[in-house]
Amino acid sequence: MGIFLAKTFFYAATPPLKFSRVLRRIRFIGFQSILVIFLTGTFSGMVLGLQGFYTLNRFGSSALLGPMVALALIKELGPVFSGLMVTARAGSAVTAEIGIMRISEQIDALELMGLNPFRYLVVPNLVAAIIALPLLTAIFDVVGILGGYLVGAKLLGVSGGTYFAEMANYVDTKDILEGIYKSLSFGALIIWVCCYKGYYTGFGAEGVSRATTQAVVLTSVLILVWDYFMTSLLF
Amino acid sequence: MMIRVEDLHKSFNGLEVLRGVSLQVEKSEILALIGMSGYGKSVLLKHVAGLMKPDQGRVFVDGQDMCSLSGKNLEALRSRFGFLFQGGALFDSLTVFENVAFPLREKARLRDREIRERVLSELKQVGLAGAEHKYPAELSGGMIKRAALARALVRDPEIMFFDEPTTGLDPLIAHTILALIDSCHKRLGFTGIIVTHQIPRVFSIVQRVAMLHGGTILAEGSPEKILSSTEPIVRQFISGNIEGTIWKPGLKNEEI
Repeated sequence: MGIFLAKTFFYAATPPLKFSRVLRRIRFIGFQSILVIFLTGTFSGMVLGLQGFYTLNRFGSSALLGPMVALALIKELGPVFSGLMVTARAGSAVTAEIGIMRISEQIDALELMGLNPFRYLVVPNLVAAIIALPLLTAIFDVVGILGGYLVGAKLLGVSGGTYFAEMANYVDTKDILEGIYKSLSFGALIIWVCCYKGYYTGFGAEGVSRATTQAVVLTSVLILVWDYFMTSLLF
Repeated sequence: MMIRVEDLHKSFNGLEVLRGVSLQVEKSEILALIGMSGYGKSVLLKHVAGLMKPDQGRVFVDGQDMCSLSGKNLEALRSRFGFLFQGGALFDSLTVFENVAFPLREKARLRDREIRERVLSELKQVGLAGAEHKYPAELSGGMIKRAALARALVRDPEIMFFDEPTTGLDPLIAHTILALIDSCHKRLGFTGIIVTHQIPRVFSIVQRVAMLHGGTILAEGSPEKILSSTEPIVRQFISGNIEGTIWKPGLKNEEI
């Protein structure tokens, strides 16, 4: 898997880059994931608002609901949940697509045309995921914060002005950068594992099915493990 | 000599499929590779095309060792190949037109108008005029094979590999495909290897025949020589007689 990652980065760093394929993959990985990110982001923010309000209220600190929701989303939940959602929606599809191309000899056909399958199949997905993940995470964060506002301010009575003003006091650029670094690395991680599993899939429909399951499970676990190390490094 | 295979060995999970295969194909010659299913014909073809690496032995294509080539050199040599896969291997997200145009768009520096003309001409040659906007999922088996043949031939390859081009097709379509291969060979003069069970029909379009059996080349020569062979296994295989030494029900491949 290490060699696969090294080859992917090598071909990504050396021209030519297939721009049209990158754009198509941004559409697939990024644009078509917006709805699921919007829904999960909204409800994550609403749950955080609800739980956060009752917990902070015990200590008489419900005014800090805004920063609590924002920091939890920007630093952790945004990148992690976006990564998991993209893994489930797009990563699984990438594994299945490349796996089917492998078993139906389409990858062999590419090679025999004198074309490099990494440049056609892996690199466009990598570039697209690295571009799309931070943007999807940003959407997740924004709608999550608005979800928290909806519950905290509109349902539970926290002042809307306090919610956003305290948020501006406690959230700084370093927190936002932490979320961006995480989402960038999750983008690379998803494509690395999902493309690898598809590229070296087993035989037949069963092989592709097993590869897809393994890709989703392994990527999800690695996102959480890598998130821990990133957090401990960036704190 | 365009293709030379020397003492090729290949095993999968301890089962030795190729046990020292040696073979030669002259320039502009088509060689038919025959033998029973599951005996390594496609494996041998993929070694010659550089899709598989042998455990032992060498493959030379136009004097270049396929086993030691990599990167740009391998891509350059493969640019001279055409390969018709058993299942067609058409890109299922592309239409027939886009599939055939794909190698031209990626490797040939042609204008869109020239690409369009060449693709439409190639599709007409294989009898697929009017089907250019269809996706592979909308095509019959014969149409897939013909579209794949058009894609393989669109860049005028010097070396062609055909992996069971007629398998699963009705006799009329199978005959059409073989006639197409023959006419393209006459037009382009490529060197080719054709893995097939279309015996003896294929003998009319090839210059030489080699039979792979037990992991080695059992018999090799002109179609006439193979047809008149006294080797019992060759005779039984060509006649299709189930009584003989070549195969018995229940016998595993590795036991032969």
